[in-house]
Amino acid sequence: MNRNAAAWLFLAPALLVLGVFFLLPVLAGLGLSLTDYDLYALADFRNLRFVGLANYWDLLHRPLFWAALGHTLYFVIVGVPLSMLASLGTALLLNASAARFKPFFRTALFAPVVTTVVAVAVIWRYLFNTQFGVVNFVLTHLGIPPIDWLGDPHWAMPMIMLFAVWKNFGYNMIILLAGLQAIPTDLYEAARIDGASAWRQFRHITLPALTPILLMVGILTVSGYFQLFAEPYVITEGGPLQSTVSVLYLMYDQGFKWWNMGTASAVAFLLFLVMFAATALMWRFGEGRENLA
Amino acid sequence: MTHRPPARIAALFTGFAAVLLAGCTASTHSGTTLEFWTIGREGEAVAQLLPAFERAHPDIHVRVQQVPLTAAHEKLLTAYAGDSLPDLTQIGNTWIAEFAALHALVPLQPRVAQSKLIRADDYFASAWATNVIDGTLYGIPWYVDTRLLFYRADLLREAGFDAPPRDWAEWQAQMHAIRRTSHDTRWGALLPTNEYDQLLALALQQHVPLLRDGGRYGNFESAAFQRALAFYADLFKRGDVPAWTNVQVGNPWQAFGRGQFVFYLSGPWNIGEFRKRLPASQQGEWSTAQLPGPDGPGDSVAYGSSLVILRHSKHQDAAWKLIEYLSRPDVQVRFYELLGDLPARRSAWESPVLKGDPKLRAFRAQLEHMRPAPQVPEWEQIVNMMQQVAARAVAGELTIDEAAAQMDAQADAILAKRRWVLARQHEAIP
Repeated sequence: MNRNAAAWLFLAPALLVLGVFFLLPVLAGLGLSLTDYDLYALADFRNLRFVGLANYWDLLHRPLFWAALGHTLYFVIVGVPLSMLASLGTALLLNASAARFKPFFRTALFAPVVTTVVAVAVIWRYLFNTQFGVVNFVLTHLGIPPIDWLGDPHWAMPMIMLFAVWKNFGYNMIILLAGLQAIPTDLYEAARIDGASAWRQFRHITLPALTPILLMVGILTVSGYFQLFAEPYVITEGGPLQSTVSVLYLMYDQGFKWWNMGTASAVAFLLFLVMFAATALMWRFGEGRENLA
Repeated sequence: MTHRPPARIAALFTGFAAVLLAGCTASTHSGTTLEFWTIGREGEAVAQLLPAFERAHPDIHVRVQQVPLTAAHEKLLTAYAGDSLPDLTQIGNTWIAEFAALHALVPLQPRVAQSKLIRADDYFASAWATNVIDGTLYGIPWYVDTRLLFYRADLLREAGFDAPPRDWAEWQAQMHAIRRTSHDTRWGALLPTNEYDQLLALALQQHVPLLRDGGRYGNFESAAFQRALAFYADLFKRGDVPAWTNVQVGNPWQAFGRGQFVFYLSGPWNIGEFRKRLPASQQGEWSTAQLPGPDGPGDSVAYGSSLVILRHSKHQDAAWKLIEYLSRPDVQVRFYELLGDLPARRSAWESPVLKGDPKLRAFRAQLEHMRPAPQVPEWEQIVNMMQQVAARAVAGELTIDEAAAQMDAQADAILAKRRWVLARQHEAIP
């Protein structure tokens, strides 16, 4: 047996699993998105029509799809940097030599990640209640008029962002903390001897050393945040005035609530294209940065 | 089967099957095992009704599975797709058209014709009608549900009124007075803008169908629907009703108890909730009233749950026996006592338990004045869309005309496939 055949043999189990559980469903989904598979087709297969790209065409002409895409992009563009800043900030604090009780804080800050979205979301709903919520109670004491977090279409999405950032920053924090600890301390010692300020140390040692990890974390976070669903599903049910309907929420409604599987699959592929473009751009940008560094 | 297998092999197989069956059933029960799905809390109550049924039918064993309300629709559809539906199930009566379109349900008229226990004329007419799709009966109403006014009699008196409103004009005037006399501390009513029941009830009062041409197109641009929509949106615009979603309200019972609003348009389960959640001192202060109509007491929407037999079931006779048992007036009364679900049969309402309850009187009257929602499989999607557009009209983003036009456009798009399927069926049957 030559080396090539042996290699394929070793790869076969993984390829088989990938093929059956990933590639096949994706291809089936692509096929589904070219049909009008729905309740009627489920009842009688003769009611299934091949519609070509009509599902995509209809979606691109539907205001709700663009609104959902807009909400999702808004969530990603504001939420991801916020989340990354929170992760990096807490990681730096935890890594600082002056920090005490590190294991305690590490666990406490990581705790939101392992909580159940649904259970915590219900609690947040109460915290952000317009009339009785703790958040507005505190705001009023600070002299800020109460905000209608759940009822005002302009405030519902920021509230969901806050929730998502709080829920997710701990995960990236742990990864970044590992990255920080891997930076050799003699680099910092040398910088200090040269008289570099804390900011210059961060700017010229920490950041360049962290760039590959930041890029990886960034890409993971972006693709995670594009798949916004559970938070609005539990907290706002897509409202008020559909201001928190995300692309995935739209897909869920179409596919599992109304059983319009053709449309739902088309939504999924459009989201895939958007995510693919976004991560490819990040990758390009990140590679350029790495070459500069 | 066209071929008969040789006798010896057949015998071998039957013997083998018998051993298998014995192995399976010996550990559980002999006879028939019925799979029965319930939605929401009904499962707990039904578990207490079943022992009597199983004593009367020792050969039938019922296995109840409780499906949570929020997941019920998805679960039933998924079970249909995966061919794992039970023998019989509880089903919301607005979903029957959908499952009838899937050919998942057994027509029940022949069984009703032979039944001594189930008589159509004993049921509230609209509740029965929701189970008839294109002339075929698919379900037996289990309990009924509708929407009417809960109100605070004490606060209404404070605003200068001794009786609840009978028509729209009175209702509007009362809410306006409540808002004024309380110096804007109290709202006229709570109509959550993310619930479609309220607008739907007002629209059904108009006696003009919400879909036209046999459910092929939306009929939201009709003058009648626009009147209902205008009345609904106006309540918010006048500032007598807050444009809140139920997410914002959080706990409507507490808010009702504190007197944040006087009218609450809701369903029968709230009788139990208000009894449980409001203090004893307030129990005499709240009451129920039939929904005001455009001119005089109006209709409301005919909701409720039915019992249906699934087509693939191998135990349809046993399933029917269970439906007959659960439909007995005395069992319906017991069911009401356990859970507060309103009986679907008039004879059950003769029981002193129901007749003697003053809070139920308005419901008894309303049950004779109900109208079913349109019976097309797409209705759930259409009515959700209707409310989303209506909420935008309430928020002032759309005028009544624009909202109605948008509802029709979206309804027509949702119904496109239905039109095609109907046209094809028409061709097939010349």
